[in-house]
Amino acid sequence: MMWWIFFSVLALSGLLCLYRVGAGPTPPDRTVAIDIFGTLVVGFCALLGIMEGRDFFLNIAIAWALLSFLGTVALAKYLEGRGFDE
Amino acid sequence: MSEIGIALISVGLAFDLFGCIGLVRLPDIYNRLQAATKCVTLGTCMILIGVPFYTGLNAIGVKALICAVFILLTSPTGAHALARGSHRSGVPLWEGSVGDKYKEDKEGGVVEEGA
Amino acid sequence: MKVFVTYLAAFVVWLLLTWSLDPQEVLAGLAVSALATYLTRDLLVELPPSKPFHPKRYLWFLYYIPVFFWHMLRANLDVAYRVLHPEVPIRPGIVKVRTNLKRDISKTMLANSITLTPGTLTVDVVGDFLYVHWINVRTDDPEEQTRIIVRRFERILKEVFE
Repeated sequence: MMWWIFFSVLALSGLLCLYRVGAGPTPPDRTVAIDIFGTLVVGFCALLGIMEGRDFFLNIAIAWALLSFLGTVALAKYLEGRGFDE
Repeated sequence: MSEIGIALISVGLAFDLFGCIGLVRLPDIYNRLQAATKCVTLGTCMILIGVPFYTGLNAIGVKALICAVFILLTSPTGAHALARGSHRSGVPLWEGSVGDKYKEDKEGGVVEEGA
Repeated sequence: MKVFVTYLAAFVVWLLLTWSLDPQEVLAGLAVSALATYLTRDLLVELPPSKPFHPKRYLWFLYYIPVFFWHMLRANLDVAYRVLHPEVPIRPGIVKVRTNLKRDISKTMLANSITLTPGTLTVDVVGDFLYVHWINVRTDDPEEQTRIIVRRFERILKEVFE
């Protein structure tokens, strides 16, 4: 029951993010929503990890956090219209 | 101990939800970044800090703590990069805003364009 | 010295991540942290100009953590109030504030702390000036703005990093 509520709240948050990804209106809005969605997935992986009692879910969470950060910075640089070396 | 963990996780989930409501309700990209970054960062960190209280200090708990530190370091940096990127790509502030020193300085040449 | 600190930090993170003292894991960790240290030797760790290992720095850092979390919690309750309020009471704007911090690492920490605390988001750092998006601009006086946004962390960060 408890887990059911936790996952429902996360799913609701995720749906709100997806609404922002779809509605826009500017590209940065969508990028923010994707970034936030990535952070929500990290929380989701942590909850799955304790529910199942397996630690590899946390490995997924760490990898996801780092990759989501890289993706956000890459998109931000793209919006700025610059190369990646600066 | 597991009750503390569950309490932390519940509060964290509530903050996650508030952040996402903010993402939908607030008027422009900068305000959305504010609400979303702050609330979702703290919310997810509280979930991750709640994990070791629930499971004890084993592999799961320690990894969750490391993940919390990563999120605390990376998430504001990502928000900063996005805010700067969207300002430089010309996304305007909401019309109810009270002033934009950054734009004034960019036009006045204090901040170099594209630097 | 700098390289050694980077190597030690990388190795400790590896040990925590694998969470086992199996000889295989430890040996792999030694090799991987050496590689990571080589790749990031000029990027990650930059020691302060004087007395990098003085215990006072670490005590100030320990003091910084609860202060930071307290402001972060307040920030979140503030944002939650604004978001759930039916009229969305915001008064946003970008303001320019001045900082006395000199080193890059302390400016980074200050900008990150500002981003995670009440209603403020760092947009850019140019020299000594921070451009901060503020969700509820309370005053138009730059001195007052600097006092509200920057001072509460600057003093502690100065002790830790400079």
